[in-house]
Amino acid sequence: MTIAGYVFMIIGGLFFLLGGLGVLRMPDTFNRIQAGTKATTLGAFSVLIGVGLVNFEWSWIAKIIIIIVFIVISNPIGSSTIAKATYYSKYKPDNLVQDDLEKRGDE
Amino acid sequence: MEILDIIVFSLMGLGVLFTAIRLIIGPHFSDRVVALDTFNMIVIGVIVVLASVFKSELYLDIAIVYAILAFLETVVFARYLEGNRK
Amino acid sequence: MKYFTTFVALLLVYLLLAGFTVDEVILGSIVSAILTVLLTKYLNFKIDLKFPLRLLKFILIYIPVFIWKLILANFDVARRVLSPKIPVNPGIVKVKTNLKSDLGKLTLANSITLTPGTLSIDVLDEYIYVHTIDVKGSDGLEKEKNISGPFEKILEGVFE
Repeated sequence: MTIAGYVFMIIGGLFFLLGGLGVLRMPDTFNRIQAGTKATTLGAFSVLIGVGLVNFEWSWIAKIIIIIVFIVISNPIGSSTIAKATYYSKYKPDNLVQDDLEKRGDE
Repeated sequence: MEILDIIVFSLMGLGVLFTAIRLIIGPHFSDRVVALDTFNMIVIGVIVVLASVFKSELYLDIAIVYAILAFLETVVFARYLEGNRK
Repeated sequence: MKYFTTFVALLLVYLLLAGFTVDEVILGSIVSAILTVLLTKYLNFKIDLKFPLRLLKFILIYIPVFIWKLILANFDVARRVLSPKIPVNPGIVKVKTNLKSDLGKLTLANSITLTPGTLSIDVLDEYIYVHTIDVKGSDGLEKEKNISGPFEKILEGVFE
């Protein structure tokens, strides 16, 4: 059980590292949001499951379930909020090849 | 098991370092908000692993409160970035 | 029925946080009852007899597909981040959805955000505007199939 827990924790740490690297390396804001959100969601998921396996007690698992549910719901909402704010602000990236949102009022 | 703890912490620490670099150099305000969001998520992971290392359940409560505050912070910064759009 | 559901949900969260002892159950019931009276007028949901069936569908069909897509998305991100020159061809695509309820739209948008290469930006009426890393396919229908295909059907079964 402990070994499996540590395997999950190391996988989660790797995904956190990938998320940080993605935020650093991606070329524009929207792509940074994508890399950051996906990698950190699965990373948090994996680390939490690992900690739950290492400390296999009822009270730990209950709190870990609450944290997992909250993160999986709140993280995409936060990213979408940033993306929307970025789109409507003056820092909108200018490398989009197609933009359906700009001509939304025409139909 | 100590060596495994150190490996996990160093992986997450590198992630924190990369997001911190983006937080400092980010060309626009929006990039900094994104970096801060990712940073907060990794810090939640660090707190949970700390709970496992110290065998103390209290750290999980701290992680819950930190997650709620991180979400609020992201939304508030996004509102500020959006400005008063009509 | 609405009051009862709110009460049960609040009590469950309280007990998960505090642990199962007799004292906590009594205190948690009192707190949940007060919160239920205060909060129910702000809540807007309907519950009927088909709810357990929908919950079962949600847990057994939606969650495995969601986790599988999340893992795929992460390998996609890893491939892009670790390649020396990052391949991007970004664009914003309009996706039509048939889901009516707000909760259904929220779940669909969240699922789209966590699947490979897509990020939902805004929901206006019945369209979801999605940012994709790589714009594929020439006409609209093909793109919609690429983005929201599997989730749309599952969530129609759950929320409609």
